[in-house]
Amino acid sequence: MRSFWAFVKKEFYHIFRDRRTLLILFGIPVAQILIFGFVVTNELKDMRIAFLDHSNDEVTHEIREKIIASGFFINDAILESTNQIEPAFKKGNIRQVVVFEDHFQQKLNREGKAAVQIITDASDANTASQLVNYTSAIIMQYVNEINAGKALPMTIHTEARMFYNESLKGVYLFVPGTIVLILMLISAIMTSISITREKEMGTMETLLVSPLKPAQIILGKVMPYMLLALVNAIPIALLGYFIFGLPIQGSIVLLALESLLFITLALALGILFSTIAPNQMVAMFASMIGLLLPTLILSGFIFPLENMPQWLQIFSYILPPRWFLTIIKNIMLKGAGLEFVWRETLILAGMTIVLFTVSIKKFKIRLQ
Amino acid sequence: MNRETVIEVSGLYKRFGTFTANDNLNFSVYRGEIFGFLGANGAGKTTAMKILCGLSKPSAGKATVAGFDVYRQSEKIKQNIGYMSQRFSLYEDLSIIENIVFYGGIYGLSYREIQIRAKEMLTNLGLWNIRRKVISSLPLGWKQKISFSLAMLHNPSIIFLDEPTGGVDPVTRRQFWEMIYNAAEKGFTVFVTTHYMDEAEYCDRVSIMVDGRIVALDTPKALKQQYSAGSMEEVFLKLARNKELEKEHIL
Repeated sequence: MRSFWAFVKKEFYHIFRDRRTLLILFGIPVAQILIFGFVVTNELKDMRIAFLDHSNDEVTHEIREKIIASGFFINDAILESTNQIEPAFKKGNIRQVVVFEDHFQQKLNREGKAAVQIITDASDANTASQLVNYTSAIIMQYVNEINAGKALPMTIHTEARMFYNESLKGVYLFVPGTIVLILMLISAIMTSISITREKEMGTMETLLVSPLKPAQIILGKVMPYMLLALVNAIPIALLGYFIFGLPIQGSIVLLALESLLFITLALALGILFSTIAPNQMVAMFASMIGLLLPTLILSGFIFPLENMPQWLQIFSYILPPRWFLTIIKNIMLKGAGLEFVWRETLILAGMTIVLFTVSIKKFKIRLQ
Repeated sequence: MNRETVIEVSGLYKRFGTFTANDNLNFSVYRGEIFGFLGANGAGKTTAMKILCGLSKPSAGKATVAGFDVYRQSEKIKQNIGYMSQRFSLYEDLSIIENIVFYGGIYGLSYREIQIRAKEMLTNLGLWNIRRKVISSLPLGWKQKISFSLAMLHNPSIIFLDEPTGGVDPVTRRQFWEMIYNAAEKGFTVFVTTHYMDEAEYCDRVSIMVDGRIVALDTPKALKQQYSAGSMEEVFLKLARNKELEKEHIL
């Protein structure tokens, strides 16, 4: 036991000696959360639009005002004719043109109907459809207002509520996502690098001929990084809470335990990489490409899994981040207890056991 | 001879599939001896050394190290041997004293013991005053000496040196061999592999491996006589050439 603690102590020396790496370890998550939180956002704000008003009457003016007053749009230009629409888009700063037909008010009063055309720059498809939705919603609302009090033949009121994220904030997805990413990267990359470094420096030989057992070496490598990763998750959660108002609805203890499980899994992966990789460079790139991209793309972090082709969805089943993201989102946003995430937890636990068995076996084979 | 045997190997084989890395090795190493283990690259030195260090098991034959059996008592063997690799195995980002505390720790020494031995070791080396310097800032020769002293920190009965003088200059090599002599005088048994044939002359006895077999084993003096050679280098070359000739005959 004494020899094991001596080993763990040495690992901590390595970690704290290397200030730069430590700074990166704690700096990157903070930077990432801030970037994801503030910059990468799906919410629309100050989109520049133009109006082409063939009618120029009281009603069209009111609608225009409503649209601008919503805060999503800025009136960039008033166009005079249809020919000006395309050049306006090509100039690049206008995202949408709202066209009112002529005699708008008259038609509305006389026939009970008038047409508005919404033309949108769809080179950015997601934003375009959002813009259209926003504009139509504002116009619909106006129509409801003028109809207020009048008896209409038949109406259906839809009332939408966004559960667990009432104001549809992107941070709600990015904070849990970043936690997953960071835990994965620190755990896997750092262990695989630190083990391959011992191989490269020749210190591994000395460890192997010492009375330390292989399992002790592996555990001694794993423990410090487990702690480090867990400590690292705290500022991310705090940032999410204090800066972006992301609540933690569920039990913090459960969250910590689930994180610990995921960290253990990532560490096992790191060990596995280190037994395969001949040096630190390969270990780093293998972990980066092998883990970073799948975590970003195939875990549901950035792109919804449901929209992916069937085979990619099936592939995502074997990726641990996918399961952990589900768990962490359920706990943080929905306040779910273990009874709702036991299936995912079980899957992660199973993966952990398999990975650890394989990596210890592999490690022993290298010994021969 | 009433010398105490610390390594006893008889009829040792190690096979990897159809390839025989160690082919019927037989030798003994005695207490306080400097035993040179020579051979070209790929002759099977490393394989044999791994077995003696308790890192791998032989395919057949018997071997005991410090009185312990390599099949069943590898843990005991590890506790009783010291090992120094050609890359010195020091942690570059740790200080001298931290390296010592670490090695003492993994060999299960108590903190007090480590303190006493570290002080003794560093005073002998004349490095006590700079014990807080990190290893990476030291010259190669110092690292080598520290590494060697570390291998003896837990008082093993045998020290394995795997090409300990690779990459250092002749003066430092000479000084290093003086350290080895001192260790042997104190009763440590030294088992050393090397590429330098002049170093082979410093050993008490030398074994030379060719293609997995020990083809010669005696004192450097006797070997030179037997092969009527002026230096160990000549002995080595003659043995290697004989092997080549043999092969041609077979073909």
